[in-house]
Amino acid sequence: MTDLTRLTLAEARDKLHAREISARELTQAHLDAIDGAAALNAYLLATPDRALAQADAADQRLADGTATAMTGIPLAIKDLFCTQGVATTAASHMLEGFVPPYESTVTANLWADGAVMLGKTNLDEFAMGSSNEHSYFGPVKNPWRARGDNTDRVAGGSSGGSAAAVAARLALGSTGTDTGGSIRQPASLTGIVGMKPTYGRCSRWGVVAFASSLDHPGPFSRTVRDNAILLASMAGYDAKDSTSVDRPVPAYESALTGDIKGFRIGVPKEYVVDAMPEEISALWRRGMDWLRDAGAEVVEVSLPHTQYALPAYYIIAPAEASSNLARYDGVRYGLRETVEGGGLADMYEATRGAGFGPEVQRRIMIGTYVLSAGYYDAYYLKAQKVRTLIKRDFDAAFGHVDALLTPTAPNAAFPLGAKLDDPLAMYLNDVFTVTANLAGVPALSLPAGLSSEGLPLGLQVIGKAFDEETVYKVGHVLETAAGFVEAPEPWWAAT
Amino acid sequence: MSVDRDTVLKIARLSRIKLEDERVEPLMGELNNILAWVEQLDGVDTTDVAPMTSAVETSLAWREDQVSDGECAEDVLKNAPVSEYGFFAVPKVIE
Repeated sequence: MTDLTRLTLAEARDKLHAREISARELTQAHLDAIDGAAALNAYLLATPDRALAQADAADQRLADGTATAMTGIPLAIKDLFCTQGVATTAASHMLEGFVPPYESTVTANLWADGAVMLGKTNLDEFAMGSSNEHSYFGPVKNPWRARGDNTDRVAGGSSGGSAAAVAARLALGSTGTDTGGSIRQPASLTGIVGMKPTYGRCSRWGVVAFASSLDHPGPFSRTVRDNAILLASMAGYDAKDSTSVDRPVPAYESALTGDIKGFRIGVPKEYVVDAMPEEISALWRRGMDWLRDAGAEVVEVSLPHTQYALPAYYIIAPAEASSNLARYDGVRYGLRETVEGGGLADMYEATRGAGFGPEVQRRIMIGTYVLSAGYYDAYYLKAQKVRTLIKRDFDAAFGHVDALLTPTAPNAAFPLGAKLDDPLAMYLNDVFTVTANLAGVPALSLPAGLSSEGLPLGLQVIGKAFDEETVYKVGHVLETAAGFVEAPEPWWAAT
Repeated sequence: MSVDRDTVLKIARLSRIKLEDERVEPLMGELNNILAWVEQLDGVDTTDVAPMTSAVETSLAWREDQVSDGECAEDVLKNAPVSEYGFFAVPKVIE
């Protein structure tokens, strides 16, 4: 029998619908793989009983003709999505033991289509981080290692567990969230495809909030086609999210025609940064060649405020986080720490001192500071004005190009611990991804090659708001040209 | 603008986060580094630029003003660290 974990999501769908395989055996193959991959720390919780029950229900739908493209497809869910009756931690001590009495809209959409939940994946605490090292439950290890080197490397973050799970074939796809690059950067570092759709495309309802104006749920997969199938199921209008946008969801898979003749693709000149390794610049140029070969015209564009995106982000995101995370007070859910003889304020301070990790505390404090009396205008209001300018940069560029091509991250996967002591160095990982969060536009990362050390590198395609179809179309052309078929050696597999 | 020890303690209090003494000094350095770095925004001319309020142009949806959810007090209290008589329970606030 072929190894069912090696199928793409689209292949699995076709075999399920042809009744060549059952959802139960497909699910069991992935549960077995998860059992043998504890070394990666990608999953915080496996849910085998629930998975097999969902798989049996999927087999029933496949038998009676009510199946969808997602029926019987086993998925990993970032542990930031609330799942009814299944513990949801946000990788924080603060939410240890929290069992949501409701289901997030995105996951509810997937289950309604018949998808199967394998378990919940690791992340940076409350999605704050770029390496998945800020998890209360320990870091995720990247399935990829450099050639001839056994050093453990980061899987990227914050959705590191969801990315590692798909890269290591512990799921056919997974959900992530992207606030400054938390889907695209881990996708790039683990050699898979990750999409941050347009703001408002996927409901944020039931997703533990970090920075509400920047948080975007989205899918991970091993191919662009798989990603398009996943997004079509996850996306859609939701009255429970006031920023959800009421527009029809296109059949994204139909966009993968391979035809980009006459497309104009912009290359932003400000994305050439000093510290970028030559091999990433070279990969970017190769990407331009692939698009030209497919009949597109590649033109230089300018996004003049690019350099201000990260500083603006590190005002806006902590400000929103300090407000959103005020809800963790030890009263309604999660951890409570009391002080002998102390009052309510002592309980708040003790609970939040013990429940939040150092990076989360750092960001809450930055956010509190920039929103405090006397500093609001200088920091927060200024950053929101700069955000307007960054959005205008994109509007101007998209006046004459169909999409943009950039690298996804300024580096390949780095060793565990390499940037942990320097918050600013860690923040710079998001230099190419954060602009799309500030502007709300869709952006996709896809694996395009290997570094000289044998580690995956990603390219990013950024599109106009609500034009995920063009992003997928261009991504698919790049994927075909790149022919990236490499997979990590399963060093983690317990025998 | 530079953050001193007292300011760190004040921000921690406003944030309702209890800081161990040995964390104050390192945090002072980290916060100052981050704040110095974001101050490069001062170099951007934002005269007559409106602050962004929404990334995607949209108007808020309206709905009928009627109850659409509720009658689930048990669910609401299920995750409370301490609850009594159908209420969240907290340490005594008024002496």
